Amino acid sequence: MSQPPVDRPHPRLDGGAPIAEPAEPTVPDPSAGTWWRALRAPEADRRNALHPGAWWLWALGLATAASRTTNPLLLGLLVAVAGYVVAARRTDAPWARSYAAFVKLGLFVIAVRVLFSVALGSPIPGTHTLLLLPEVPLPDWARGIRVGGRITAEQVVFALYDGAKLATLLICVGAANALANPARLLKSLPGALYEVGVAVVVAMTFAPNLVADIARLRTARRLRGRRTGGIGAIAQIGLPVLEGALERSIAIAASMDARGYGRSAQVPPAVRHTTTALTLGGLLGVCAGSYALLTAEGGSYALPLLFIGLITAVAGLRLGGRRSVRTRYRPDRFGPRSWCVAGSGAAVAVLMIWAGGYAPDALHPSVVPLVVPALPLWPALSILIGLLPAFIAPVPPLSQSTKESA
Amino acid sequence: MIRFEKVSVTYADAGRPTLQHIDLTVPEGELVLLVGESGVGKSTLLGTVCGLVPHFTGGTLRGRVTVDGRDTRTHKPRELADLVGTVGQDPLAHFVTDTVEDELAYGMESLGIAPDVMRRRVEETLDLLGLAELRDRPIATLSGGQQQRVAIGSVLTTHPKVLVLDEPTSALDPAAAEEVLAVLQRLVHDLGTTVLMAEHRLERVVQYADQVLVLPAPGEAPLMGAPAEMMTRSPVYPPVVGLGRLAGWSPLPLSVRDARRRAASLRERLADRSAPLSGSAERKPDASRGQRDPVATLSKLTVRRGRAETLRGIDLAFSPGETVALMGRNGAGKSTLLGTLVGMVAPASGTVVVGGLTPRRAAPAELIRQVGLVPQEPRDLLYADTVAAECAAADADADAAPGSCRALVSELLPGVADETHPRDLSEGQRLALALAIVLTGRPPLLLLDEPTRGLDYAAKARLATILKGLAADGHAVVLATHDVELAADLADRVLIMADGEIVADGPTAEVVVSSPAFAPQVTKVLAPQHWLTVSEVERALAQRPQDSL
Repeated sequence: MSQPPVDRPHPRLDGGAPIAEPAEPTVPDPSAGTWWRALRAPEADRRNALHPGAWWLWALGLATAASRTTNPLLLGLLVAVAGYVVAARRTDAPWARSYAAFVKLGLFVIAVRVLFSVALGSPIPGTHTLLLLPEVPLPDWARGIRVGGRITAEQVVFALYDGAKLATLLICVGAANALANPARLLKSLPGALYEVGVAVVVAMTFAPNLVADIARLRTARRLRGRRTGGIGAIAQIGLPVLEGALERSIAIAASMDARGYGRSAQVPPAVRHTTTALTLGGLLGVCAGSYALLTAEGGSYALPLLFIGLITAVAGLRLGGRRSVRTRYRPDRFGPRSWCVAGSGAAVAVLMIWAGGYAPDALHPSVVPLVVPALPLWPALSILIGLLPAFIAPVPPLSQSTKESA
Repeated sequence: MIRFEKVSVTYADAGRPTLQHIDLTVPEGELVLLVGESGVGKSTLLGTVCGLVPHFTGGTLRGRVTVDGRDTRTHKPRELADLVGTVGQDPLAHFVTDTVEDELAYGMESLGIAPDVMRRRVEETLDLLGLAELRDRPIATLSGGQQQRVAIGSVLTTHPKVLVLDEPTSALDPAAAEEVLAVLQRLVHDLGTTVLMAEHRLERVVQYADQVLVLPAPGEAPLMGAPAEMMTRSPVYPPVVGLGRLAGWSPLPLSVRDARRRAASLRERLADRSAPLSGSAERKPDASRGQRDPVATLSKLTVRRGRAETLRGIDLAFSPGETVALMGRNGAGKSTLLGTLVGMVAPASGTVVVGGLTPRRAAPAELIRQVGLVPQEPRDLLYADTVAAECAAADADADAAPGSCRALVSELLPGVADETHPRDLSEGQRLALALAIVLTGRPPLLLLDEPTRGLDYAAKARLATILKGLAADGHAVVLATHDVELAADLADRVLIMADGEIVADGPTAEVVVSSPAFAPQVTKVLAPQHWLTVSEVERALAQRPQDSL
């Protein structure tokens, strides 16, 4: 039998020319050059996962932008940007479903804000009366509070704008929540805060277990011939649920202990005291600095104070990290894509703050007299920068086997 | 590797020591199996090795336990973490993180191992345990066998010299148990790890053990020796050993393979006796089934969870007086099927009728007089803080005469005081209490979900006797179980499920004999003859050949 020579190039089965470029299992895109292909968002896995901190910085940037305007069109645009990014880049993890909950919470906030304004009156002077509610007469000592009375279009619109601003802030936080894995975020904490982080992670796995326990015990009541609903059911299963939760925490504590949780290195007392002093002092500085920044008076010393406080606190935490012998397994890296995502959020924030200088009227449409809000071109375009993550962040894989264990 | 010197352990609220006179050495690189009835202190003994007893549990440890020269009195569990890996019975209680890869790295992170070493070891462990495909999966979505392998892997990454396992295969189906045991074999043979393991399901593990450590009774000195020798004296033993004891083989066979080699003469002696298929007293003839009105019928039943169909096109009927074993791998839909019969799970299509009621719509108080379910965790049924209060509540729930539940408890569980707290009962006693509560309503259909999880052979035998009595009284009994020996002992009919469908349904002897995974040990030893249990063989040998003609 004659063997074919090993070194002969394999002929192509269809008789065509040998393939020159490596075959990629992607959809062929004739217009795409190689540089474009390299820049295109890859499929997300552990290696290229976006740093969870980047998502939070991006979302906080959008939130800062939202806090600078009451223009409903701009706020709507911000919500749309956040929503689009979430839709494009969220996984099928449990926390990813929280976005819808935050949107509902936002709508609820708007409703409450308007309701309060209608029921309790508002200091906004207005001329367009919508309707007259009977005013509840209040005694003299309650002067300044009004229940019922005249309701003007101006006051309702003002409440709407104000509520929409709060709702947008909430929705931005919801977006970060849906996009960033909370456990991985906690893993990025400095070593000195690690033990706090573990406690939070364990608590987070604890809550779903508790909910599952309650559901299981409620259905088990059926087996005793009792109703599964009602307050009586909850009261009766309360104790067993808590008992089960306690037992589980003890089991996890035992497991963590047996696996080396809390092993610590010896640190000289001087270092320990320095750590405490630095951390406490730094945090005090941060508090005082932020207070000064937020109140109008302390303009001059606020930023330096905040800065010094931050540096001291970080030094304290780093020194505190010496006690811990821990190392970290495959921490998320803050790579170029993470920088771009965080940067896009920051850019939106900075441009909006700047826009507050050049177009204050467009950002805060007038309520008295009532005008139709206009969409200012440049602020709107700057908000669209926030869409960048929807194109550069790694794409989560299509829902992999999410078979629930029966 | 592990030295116990005059060890005794006394817990704070106990009158007498839980463990006493432990004086032995576990050599390096051996797989030592710890054997004993429930409550003899197996878990306590395992706890002393990793230091959780007494550092975590409290109590007083006298004597000295040293592991590779480290004294557990002076070393806390966390300081033994690089030396001893501990895995408990419930892997879910062991996990600290949420994905497989992080879980494998957790122990190494605590020990401060360098990142590149960690990465390499995680990859090695993923390969060693066959977990590479699951590396990014959330742990909660894994099957029981996969979770147990992750739990073992998570302690292996720190390269411990000693592995301590408390019932690693109790909650697993036969195939998943094989997976885990194969891994343990590999560790002992390839890496020289010392393994100390407690397990109730001896039929699965005894042939792998290098030595067996028997705890004969609470507070008694332990015996340690070669498995075959220890099995002659052990109070608990697997069916294959029971068969060997019956046939008088010496040394005792430990595996089906050993026993088959010896069994030629036994097969010959049994050849002319009545095979159980053709009319043993214990198994009711098939004819009785289907003639009486069924207590429950399911037709074209489909159940969905999310979009996945967990049950598909199930057509079944259960008749009074029959005992049915429901088998199949974890996640095959056994618990869901039982859930539909008590209305805990809503069908997507098809009908379920139990005693003329539709379980999902019936009032719970009415339903418990038609069907009763003892759940996988019997504790879910217990709310009160004494046995007496629990019984009174059960009487009220089922509208039964006062005292009926207590009478059942006394029958099933002799010698339990009224004021005992249900939490203080052993696993088997708690199961019996839950069973009594469920039986207070006198339901014609009784369902049990994994009743033998955590039960030793004695408790299992008691449960089998109780269930046989109930079936004889005309109750239909359906048990979902992984325990092939229990199914062989009890069931008239076996249903095998896979992926939400019934793939086999027939008399026990026919179904299990033809299946390598679900055949009990006696069947495997005596194939091609159709014997299921040691007691059947014993009875057949006691009769004279001509009686059976």
